[in-house]
Amino acid sequence: MSKNITLAFTLNGEPVSIETRPGRRVLDLLRDDLGLTAAKEGCGSGECGACAVLVDGTARLSCLMLAAQLEGREVITAEGLGTVENPHPLQVEFAAHGAVQCGYCTPGMTVATAELLARAPCPDRDEVREAISGNLCRCTGYVKIVDAVLAAAKAMRGEEP
Amino acid sequence: MSPSAPADPGSFTGMSQNRDPLSKAVGAERYSTDFIPPGCLWAAAKRAGMPHARIVAVHVEEARAVDGVTAVLTRADVPGSNRQGIVHKDQPVLAGDMVRHAGDAVALVVAESREALAEALSRIRLELEPLPGIFDPEDALAPDAPLVHPGRENGNLLARGLVAKGDARQAMRACDVVVEGEFETPMQEHVFLEPPNGTARMTPNGGLEMIVSTQAPFRDRFEIAHALGLDPMRIRVRAPYLGGAFGGKDGATVQCLLALAALKCGGRWVKMCWSREETFLAGYKRHAARMRIRLGASRDGELQALDCVMYLDSGPYAHLGVEIMALGLEHAGGPYHIPHTRLEGFCVYTNNPVGGAFRGFGVVQAGFALERSMDLLASRLVLDPAELRLKNALRTGEQGGAGVTMESPSGVAQCLEAVMTHPVWANRMAWKAKAPPFKRRGVGIAASLNAMGYGRGLPDAAAAKLELTRTGTFKIFNSVPDMGQGNAAAFVQIAATALSQGSSCFELVQPDTRLCLPAGSSSASRTTYTFGNALLRACEAMREKLMARAALVLLADDPSRLRLVPGAVADETTGRSVPLALLGAMLQRDDRICVDQFVMPVVEDPPDTGKEFKLGFPHRFFSHAACVCAVEADELTGGVELVACVTAVECGRVLNPQGVERQVQGAAAQGAGFVLLEKISSEGGRILAGDLSTYLIPTSLDLPDLEWVAVDGDEPSGPSGLKGMGEVGIHGPAPAVAQALEDAVGLKISRIPVEPEDVLRALRGVRT
Repeated sequence: MSKNITLAFTLNGEPVSIETRPGRRVLDLLRDDLGLTAAKEGCGSGECGACAVLVDGTARLSCLMLAAQLEGREVITAEGLGTVENPHPLQVEFAAHGAVQCGYCTPGMTVATAELLARAPCPDRDEVREAISGNLCRCTGYVKIVDAVLAAAKAMRGEEP
Repeated sequence: MSPSAPADPGSFTGMSQNRDPLSKAVGAERYSTDFIPPGCLWAAAKRAGMPHARIVAVHVEEARAVDGVTAVLTRADVPGSNRQGIVHKDQPVLAGDMVRHAGDAVALVVAESREALAEALSRIRLELEPLPGIFDPEDALAPDAPLVHPGRENGNLLARGLVAKGDARQAMRACDVVVEGEFETPMQEHVFLEPPNGTARMTPNGGLEMIVSTQAPFRDRFEIAHALGLDPMRIRVRAPYLGGAFGGKDGATVQCLLALAALKCGGRWVKMCWSREETFLAGYKRHAARMRIRLGASRDGELQALDCVMYLDSGPYAHLGVEIMALGLEHAGGPYHIPHTRLEGFCVYTNNPVGGAFRGFGVVQAGFALERSMDLLASRLVLDPAELRLKNALRTGEQGGAGVTMESPSGVAQCLEAVMTHPVWANRMAWKAKAPPFKRRGVGIAASLNAMGYGRGLPDAAAAKLELTRTGTFKIFNSVPDMGQGNAAAFVQIAATALSQGSSCFELVQPDTRLCLPAGSSSASRTTYTFGNALLRACEAMREKLMARAALVLLADDPSRLRLVPGAVADETTGRSVPLALLGAMLQRDDRICVDQFVMPVVEDPPDTGKEFKLGFPHRFFSHAACVCAVEADELTGGVELVACVTAVECGRVLNPQGVERQVQGAAAQGAGFVLLEKISSEGGRILAGDLSTYLIPTSLDLPDLEWVAVDGDEPSGPSGLKGMGEVGIHGPAPAVAQALEDAVGLKISRIPVEPEDVLRALRGVRT
């Protein structure tokens, strides 16, 4: 087994320094070692998107990333997007529009769509569908997820719902 | 029709309505997978990988020698019967002598880390002597077929059932027209996103504690106890929100293996979480089915007789196969009035993956076959497929296919009328005519019904506990897990309305066999109806109690003149009121708790048929649906796009429109995957598409904006007039898409999923 490294990166706005094996999956690092369980493991092979996190603003699959790849990066998980007390507009609209059923895909969905809205503040339905096409949901049929993202985009643009 | 949110702001709107969804959305909700106690051990099973074999030896020495391995267990280490199963106890926790399917567990490893666990699993050496397997349910009934359970009296026949009314064969001879066909539906994987998992430990006083992703925490105790020789009352099961289930967590997945691991780990927490591949390999599936149908009618399209034979592939274990077959046969006549039926089923052991519960529970299979037969009939009689269905729609007071009189209001005709007036159906000719170059368009329609509850023979029961806290708020002790269908929120809504309080005053305690009262599983479209009714009764008891206790404070000698208002009990006569917080502080705990229960009513006068089915036959309550699908087929690639899918549902009164719509959309999405994408490709007992890159479920790009049309109904026995409806929406897309493709390219679909090759063959005029 490879030797441990001391890994330094920014996690949800806070600097983190942690000793870990360089080959540890980022998903395990977040969930098991750092206690951040919003990112979920649905497949472990990059097919479902439930483990998505933002790395330097890009949605990445944490089940396919290794710890060493985080060195010096800025990581944001769903916890870093918002909290129950202070939720991100996407999280508010997912809840309000019935886009959350079992909720297991939701943190990954909000991460993927946070990236979308950062680069395309005014997406149409097709663009939203494209942006979440790597995130599987087995509960909703996606309609309310698309509705929620469009509503969040509107809210983030400061428009009335 | 676009449903709007409930108007009453006090009942169920605002932040509190979204409390659970919000905690899920921000990633704060703790699922079973998120319970990772520091220093917990990890457990996993070694799977056989061969569909049928004699176990010569399981060599575990090398695995035991791996650094960080706590235990490597085999059959000899299992106390108790080593038999799990919900009704039929036929599945070993760890296989000892025989391997009966590729996913059988033959050894169990516990280790300090996931790395050590993986290393040890790879070092277990299985010595297996391959045996000829049996992979088709009809072949399995041949006299010389290899036996899945040698020595069993009925060989590979797990169960045969017959449901009949009138004289179908006699009536068939008198029919003006008879159509016949053979239809096949495949295994389907649930693909809940949260894999089967749990965490368990032995407690210092010798009990077993488990946090697990399960639909049936109360029943799990008995399944674990039977398999491992434990006292069920010393097993505590807690069921947090599930990351999806759809029937796939109704019955032991990790439970018995995990309990076995915990027994050997001296009180330390042990965690087991199946990988996606292991879930495909070892988890149970929707049963593959084959159905042969003869459907007879008069010249004007009035149905007269139905003869249906159904074969269900149970794999090597029963799970709920017999009950699933019973429900399939009960629904084989669909939502239609057919005077004479003969519905026969065979549930058969094979060496394929295990069949089990899945949303639609046998009805999906039977419904596809009947709806396709209706299309054959429409085509033969040159009748509009929608009109044929409407003409025969089952009305309240008529007898269903199993001979049960429909006492509960039937809304199938209204559902059909609703989708027939929808533009997707009404304007289909114009839409089809506008198909772009190299595209063919078609539109199809189907109808369905789905029973609610367990049916006769097994009490469909729930007990609810409601507590007034010392601070004047309420705790609902939920006994039925929420797998995403939203029953948790529905319970808060029901209680808030019943007690005239804002929903933010309610806390919902998740199912915990120590704290909550027993209830049946989260399944069978029963959850909101049965627990909801129990909860309503507990709320009524609470209301009476609060009025009686408040009367003491308010010196009201007639408590009935008091009423509950938000946060207080008020006396309108005097204008005085008592805050609930004061009552909460005043009453001792026993007095702050109300408990009541409910058992779903059953058919009082069951027909004299289906005697083989002791559990779950027949049913009294049904929800109804009709579905229209529009498809566009590509002449060059054979690819099929689902362009529109509209589902009308009658499920009594609608308590929460958004809640119903979500269920309809999710069910329709699974139905769409079933007909167009999902193919496990089992060959010789081995799954060829065993992960999410090969077994494709619909993505956001594969589905249109799925639509729901509400049809008003009222079920007098339901809480607020509702009926369960979590399943009924899954039935429409498969037959409606099949009909639409026949409309588009002339493809005669008798088996699904439909693949592009099928479409291309049809376009070239090749008969399949």
